[in-house]
Amino acid sequence: MARMIELTLNGRRRVDAVADGLLLLDYLREQTGLTGTKTGCDGGECGACTVLIDDQPRLSCLTLAASMSGRRVDTVEALGDGGALSAVQRGFHEKLGSQCGYCTPGFIMAGAGLLRRNPTPTEPEIRAALGSNICRCTGYVKIIEAIAFAAQLLADGVAKP
Amino acid sequence: MSQGASQPIGGRVPLVDGPEKVSGRAKYTADLIEPDALVGRIYRSPYAHAEILEVDVSEAEKLPGVKAVVTGADCARTFGVLPIARSEHALARDKVRYKGEPVAAVAAVDAATAERAIRLIKMRVRELPAYFTAAAALSADAVPLHANKPGNIERDVAFELGNVEAGFAEADLVREATYNCPEVCQNQMEMHAAVARYDRVRDRITVHASTQVPYYVHLMLAEILDMDMSRIRVLKPFVGGGFGCRTECLNVELITALLARKVGGAVRTVISREETFITHRGRPETDIRLKIGLRKDGRITAVDCSCVQRGGAHSGYGVVTILYAGSMLYAIYDLNNVKYVGQRVLTNTPPCGAFRGHGTVDVRFAFESLLDQLAGELGLDPLAVRRANYLVAPTFTANDLMVMSYGLPACVDWVERASGWGQRKANLPAGKGLGFACSHYISGASKPVNWTGEPHATVKLKLDFDGSIVLLTGAADIGQGSSTVLVQTVAEVLGLDLGRVRIVSGDSDVVPKDNGSYSSRVTFIVGNAAIDAANKLKAVLITAAARRLDAEPGDIECLGELYRAGAQDRGLSFEEVVAEALKDGGTITVTGTYSTLPQSHGGKKYRGAAIGGTMGYSYSAQVVEVSVDADTGQVTVDKVWVAHDCGKALNRLSVEGQVQGSVWMGMGQAMSEETGYYDGLLLTANMLDYRVPTIQDSPPIEVGIVESNDPHGPFGAKEAGEGSLAAFLPALTNAIADATGLRLNDLPVTPDRLYAALGRRARPAGGNGRHHNGAA
Repeated sequence: MARMIELTLNGRRRVDAVADGLLLLDYLREQTGLTGTKTGCDGGECGACTVLIDDQPRLSCLTLAASMSGRRVDTVEALGDGGALSAVQRGFHEKLGSQCGYCTPGFIMAGAGLLRRNPTPTEPEIRAALGSNICRCTGYVKIIEAIAFAAQLLADGVAKP
Repeated sequence: MSQGASQPIGGRVPLVDGPEKVSGRAKYTADLIEPDALVGRIYRSPYAHAEILEVDVSEAEKLPGVKAVVTGADCARTFGVLPIARSEHALARDKVRYKGEPVAAVAAVDAATAERAIRLIKMRVRELPAYFTAAAALSADAVPLHANKPGNIERDVAFELGNVEAGFAEADLVREATYNCPEVCQNQMEMHAAVARYDRVRDRITVHASTQVPYYVHLMLAEILDMDMSRIRVLKPFVGGGFGCRTECLNVELITALLARKVGGAVRTVISREETFITHRGRPETDIRLKIGLRKDGRITAVDCSCVQRGGAHSGYGVVTILYAGSMLYAIYDLNNVKYVGQRVLTNTPPCGAFRGHGTVDVRFAFESLLDQLAGELGLDPLAVRRANYLVAPTFTANDLMVMSYGLPACVDWVERASGWGQRKANLPAGKGLGFACSHYISGASKPVNWTGEPHATVKLKLDFDGSIVLLTGAADIGQGSSTVLVQTVAEVLGLDLGRVRIVSGDSDVVPKDNGSYSSRVTFIVGNAAIDAANKLKAVLITAAARRLDAEPGDIECLGELYRAGAQDRGLSFEEVVAEALKDGGTITVTGTYSTLPQSHGGKKYRGAAIGGTMGYSYSAQVVEVSVDADTGQVTVDKVWVAHDCGKALNRLSVEGQVQGSVWMGMGQAMSEETGYYDGLLLTANMLDYRVPTIQDSPPIEVGIVESNDPHGPFGAKEAGEGSLAAFLPALTNAIADATGLRLNDLPVTPDRLYAALGRRARPAGGNGRHHNGAA
């Protein structure tokens, strides 16, 4: 029916009752009001719903909210620092990695996950890390530039991941 | 800011709404989750073609939690984007014409209840023969889908300008070939959604829609709801792409509004990816037969083209699509003898629409492929053949299209140089190929779809005590960056920092009406209106400065934030000028307008000849480099060089992004995307079976910006978001022909299709050697 979960969502401890079949995606969007995470397909096709679970990029549309007890979940809303954009966010904004913006939170979270485990990725590593996210606007050229720029910002110490 | 601050036009300006998009704060329609909103769901026809005998919703209505059910009985009137072809019911009445057509809809307290209610709806029908191909629908004994369209022909077009027979007689080589381009779908990332709230006390409705054309949605809501337009408010939140499928009002918007009115409250409908595919409005399957005559000097002597489009069950933009396919044979090369026959066919498949490059892409694929083949057979360089057929601007084409600027020669030169065409073409290793092609597109249809006599665009600027300028426009930013370019335009004219200008769009209560984001019209048409508005505001400020400085307005120098009367004058700050100007009448609002020139409206040489008319054509040239694995049929695109004549790059970052996105979308159509049906049932209604290129499949795309400075464009600009799509398709197949000697006229070039074609040809020992032996 429903069960209680206790998780750390965007750095805040949270306790919720969640229905057994509730997807993490719908929990985030409809129960907590964090609509930055997007629904782009009917399940597991597009990557728009990517979030970080314990720093690993995961599809929230294929994850049950009930399984999140004790986990750390980060959505796009968690990024940035005191209103400043994070390195990956700056990359997508300043290099036009985002046009319509709908796939952007998923790409940003996949990119943030990549840079947390590999702060100096090569282009093939960037492509591999973003291979399950679909963008329909950019042709991906500027998305690759955005991630490379973010890695540079991190290396220069001028933005946080 | 002092003089010399950032030059808004021509720079690399990130999107003004970018911070919202990268932070998750951007609200798209589906993100408008209101606690009291009911959930809307649609019951869709399981039949491809049938007379409706009964739609039984009684069980659904009885289900606890169901608040309203609507059917065709609730919408007697028809809708459609073209005033001459409003054939569609938001919910089917009398007949269903494709599997998945909306028949009924429910509003319920939650998704589970709404879905349960949908399963309780029953439909009784008398099935009719259904036609899933153009040929089947055109057969002599076919039952008409629409009573007023005998033979299932939505529209036929035929013209001959010049003398085609004489032209072919003059040619040194004439070749004819057939081409097939399957149906493709925009598949924009945001699924269709609408949120409607009806206020029963005031009899008003507010609708949020994921649309490119809020004004058209407004018109159709009034029609279908039978409500006065003044009682309707349409808002366009952030929109997650469109690529043309949202250039007409969609059934989901109308159905959600019907439900909201029935319940007397709010309804939110977010349709699934599968339903978004079924709503369709993509590019029709197109069969082309093309014949071109070429002289040894490279001149094209005659063109004979016939084009059949499988349009789906309703007109949509269909009449316009089949006309574009013919008219846009012109305005890229100097053609004197052209014959075109087009047929738009009604079939029992989801309705097609206006996909990026509307009407032009498939014919351009055929044209540039056949031209490449002819060039090869005559031993001519494909670039030299284009050079032998250039237009000279300004000119009018044989079908009366006005060409005022023409950057194609510079585009061809750029890709030739950038790709190393001359040195590399004949020296590539085995299995590699280089292909070349060109394309073009309009910068806004010169004639609005709904002819009202109003200006073609209106922009308002508001300046008040705070010194900020608010730009009010109905232009719909759908991710293409139209809001950014309009802000840049106003800042440029006034010489102000971008930060002084804010934009408000997408709310019919607040902003002036705009025809919407289609046919790449916003930069050119709305941009010119924004320039007009900014000039008017500047005149107001100069008048005020002159009064304050006791000078003549003609003597006032406007240096951005500083207004002065001559170089010796200390001058006035922007704030001082604004304070002076406000004394006349308080808050300042100015209105800028723009209308296209009558001579850009196309001709009258055949019925529908106005389609194709625009104030300015963009041009594109592309070189594609491929590697072909003959053992698997796998094609890898190693690199694309593309030059695009956008007149003037108002925002270089955006132009690059638009051109790269266009090229890539062309790549999807060329290499992997196609819809598939079984007995009228869409089989490819997800992003795995409808195969979109991933980042792993996608090549580097190097963009050259060509600026031909159109005399009428805003700062010389033309469109940048569509014209580079079409050239990719033939550039790819020309590259494959270069690598393998095989000419693939049927798209997409999937590995299995190429593998089969390679297998059909006797392969010489040693595998994938280079071949130069012409067509397969």
